[in-house]
Amino acid sequence: MAPILCMRGITKHFPGVLANDRIDLEVEEGEIHALLGENGAGKTTLMNILYGLYEPQEGEIVFQGRPIKVSSPHQAIGLGIGMVHQHFMLIPVFTVAENIILGLRSSRGLVLDMEQVQRRILDLSERYGLGIDPNAYIWQLPVGLQQRVEIIKALYRGAKLLILDEPTAVLTPQETRELFHILRSLAQQGTSIIFISHKLNEVMAISDRVTVLRDGRVVNTVLTRETSQTELACMMVGREVVLRIERPPPAPGEPVLEVNDLHALNDKGLPALEGVSLRVHRGEILGLAGVDGNGQIELAESLVGLRRPTGGKILVKGRDVTGSLPSTLIRMGVACIPQDRKAIGSIGEFSLAENVILGSHDQPPFARHGLLNRQAIRRYCQHLISEFDVRTPGVDLQARALSGGNLQKLILAREVSRPHDILIAVQPTRGLDVGATEFVYRRLLEERQNGKAILLISTELDEVLCLSDRIAVIYEGRIVGEMRAEEAVAEEIGLLIAGSRREIGIGRRDESRSTADRKNSFAKETRERV
Amino acid sequence: MFERRAQPHGTLASVILIAASLILALLMGAGLVALAQVSPWEAYRALFYGAFGRIYGLVDTFVKGTPLLLAGLGMVIAFKAKVWNVGAEGQIYIGALFAVWIGLYVGPLPWWLHLPLALLAGALGGGLWGLIPGVLKAYLKVNEVIVTLMLNYIAILFVSWLVHGPMEEPGGFMPQTPRVATTAQLPPLFPPTRLHAGVLVALAAALLVYFLLFHTTLGYRIRAVGAGPKAARFRGIGVERTVVQVMVLSGMLAGLAGANEVLGIHYRLLDGISPGYGFTAMVVALLGKLHPLGVVAASFLFASLSVGADMMQKIVHVPIAISRVIQGLVVLCVLGTEILLLYDLVPLRRLHQRFSSLRFRREG
Ligand SMILES: Nc1ncnc2c1ncn2[C@@H]1O[C@H](COP(=O)(O)OP(=O)(O)OP(=O)(O)O)[C@@H](O)[C@H]1O
Ligand SMILES: [Mg+2]
Repeated sequence: MAPILCMRGITKHFPGVLANDRIDLEVEEGEIHALLGENGAGKTTLMNILYGLYEPQEGEIVFQGRPIKVSSPHQAIGLGIGMVHQHFMLIPVFTVAENIILGLRSSRGLVLDMEQVQRRILDLSERYGLGIDPNAYIWQLPVGLQQRVEIIKALYRGAKLLILDEPTAVLTPQETRELFHILRSLAQQGTSIIFISHKLNEVMAISDRVTVLRDGRVVNTVLTRETSQTELACMMVGREVVLRIERPPPAPGEPVLEVNDLHALNDKGLPALEGVSLRVHRGEILGLAGVDGNGQIELAESLVGLRRPTGGKILVKGRDVTGSLPSTLIRMGVACIPQDRKAIGSIGEFSLAENVILGSHDQPPFARHGLLNRQAIRRYCQHLISEFDVRTPGVDLQARALSGGNLQKLILAREVSRPHDILIAVQPTRGLDVGATEFVYRRLLEERQNGKAILLISTELDEVLCLSDRIAVIYEGRIVGEMRAEEAVAEEIGLLIAGSRREIGIGRRDESRSTADRKNSFAKETRERV
Repeated sequence: MFERRAQPHGTLASVILIAASLILALLMGAGLVALAQVSPWEAYRALFYGAFGRIYGLVDTFVKGTPLLLAGLGMVIAFKAKVWNVGAEGQIYIGALFAVWIGLYVGPLPWWLHLPLALLAGALGGGLWGLIPGVLKAYLKVNEVIVTLMLNYIAILFVSWLVHGPMEEPGGFMPQTPRVATTAQLPPLFPPTRLHAGVLVALAAALLVYFLLFHTTLGYRIRAVGAGPKAARFRGIGVERTVVQVMVLSGMLAGLAGANEVLGIHYRLLDGISPGYGFTAMVVALLGKLHPLGVVAASFLFASLSVGADMMQKIVHVPIAISRVIQGLVVLCVLGTEILLLYDLVPLRRLHQRFSSLRFRREG
């Protein structure tokens, strides 16, 4: 096999940051090449350079044997380089076909030849097993399919090399399996793929080779079959990581968050919550497991005051707060790490300092009598940055310049450093590297030790199993099962999540394995994440 | 070709870029002037002479710049919050009406009470005219562009009716009110020129708006609502309340501009007190990059261009249309620098790098 892509000596500085430092990367034809590295290691930057979004200060790129200069995505696409971003660039009210030809020239001048377009889309879809209907509207499609539309879009434009930046972060396990199937079939037929992920088991499962970045430099490129998760983790972080989460026995106190028979509609006006009841105690983590889109977002939004429930009650520390404003809930001690860190969790144009006072901008010491104390704000931000290890050149950086993981740490820092009794964490480790994930887990457990009530909403079963004291499963807007963690069995939860309506009450579990056995199997799974 | 910068350029680079873009606009304008068969050199001499060469021109620049500055500051507040107030013109008229009302019918009062009261009334009038679309937008989701635009007509025609009827000067020949009491007038600074204390009011307002936006919690809320409405709502900022406050503040500054015109120039209410200041104010706000201090420069620059253009027409007979085009070019060029502030022009940067590496080698 000949290399289809050679990047040599790529260097890119941003003010105060050396994001890429003489990076070499080689990708063979038909290879699935994984790119691995901590948050802020420079993966996205490197890919943005390849895709023409950034210009490197040094280095050269050879693609299909020819040295190339890519100075715009348009040019990259013309050369046969396609990229699927984490935030899709699709127009919801257009059909799949319309989205795919957007920006392309019609073979018939000013007239669109939709039939031919649809035929080509169907061809591609069949060839790689994508299962895409060209006439479906984007807004009707689940995230997994939207992602495949992005993939087809790139293939339609003749992509020989496909870049996928953290494609699995937004997928369900089932969708991930399907994506891997597609990727394999693409690779078999000659398309090269660069695959970015923080999940080592995925990297082990899908890639042929792995390149590990650390602090903007290449640590090593290895054959996947000759390495192991432990070795990769070690290369990434520079030390041995064991995701060993010590969970002291729970000591739950009185309930501080009670949800009774909550009903709410989603954005389309359809029922999203149909009678959810939950109870979270002090010093306890309640994990809410479930596949994305079963009402988790609507629940979280109702709890922080962004969505008005249509029925039921929310009690915080015994007080009815149903339908209260976000500001009231913040004052009542409800903190939240939202699922969307860019649009909801932070303000991209604001500096880090301005971001950390969101929600307490009118509280002393940040403000007195309506006047901001900029010194105090900056000092506070400095303090959070060092305590939560946010990698940034300074507090005046705009939040949008932070890498995904670092922005997440900043939001976590902001929320748990404000006085609070309840923490609602929605997908708190999405897009985080192992080290950062471990850090977030530790902080969540620390919160628990400090007597906070934590509602962990996650689509990752491992995460729920490893952190929770109690586990509830949500399916189609209802709680379909609830159990204590030491009684939980991964397989059973898996069935519940998938909507198999087996009523699971406490005491009706698989008794064939001893508790110790099950504990061991969790420990094993947890370690596999590393 | 372009690459988004990590951070926008600093102040110094911005100032240099803007100055360069001004020069570019004037160069393009020179081409147009030449097309009109006038020597660009002569034309620009006339323009600069008109705007800065004589004391009257200079005074005119300040006099015309003052209402632009005040209303422009109002636009900055609105646009920062991404609230599209296009009703400054109407707010100017209502502000003028309120100020004149105090000047005519309240008193006698000592000047140190009467003048501030009249200015305050002007601001309140404008604020009231902003409150209406603000409330409609915030609580009933009515598009503010349409409402503010319509309110312009109502304000202008209402004032016109008043000065033709109920408030008309008894026994006068012109459709205008009587003169306001001298105690309510903005005192001239250098008589006999028209320069009056309004310019000081406007400059003070610029400092206040700067302070408001960057050093108060209200300013923080305003900017947060504009830059991240979802995040702002999520973290407890009352978006609706802020939108209403923004519209009121924005209207107050426009109202102050109206008060400034009637208390400093005309001393009475009449038709056409604003030749479209409320609309030019939007351009000025954008030209000043939505920064209060930028708007100070932009409003006086814009005023000087229009004062100078008059002279250009008088002395070298450049059609007034061409000077309008030059004004348009200035706006376009300065707004065009936005892209250079946010993005790097890659070839330019490469040149810069080569230059700095050369220098480095020589030093090394
Ligand atoms: N536009 C930018 N301006 C300034 N700094 C930037 C910019 N983009 C990235 N950086 C910095 O460059 C470094 C590398 O960022 P990059 O986004 O490439 O990391 P990453 O490996 O993709 O991390 P993650 O896993 O968190 O997505 C980070 O320190 C980041 O703060
Ligand atoms: Mg990234």
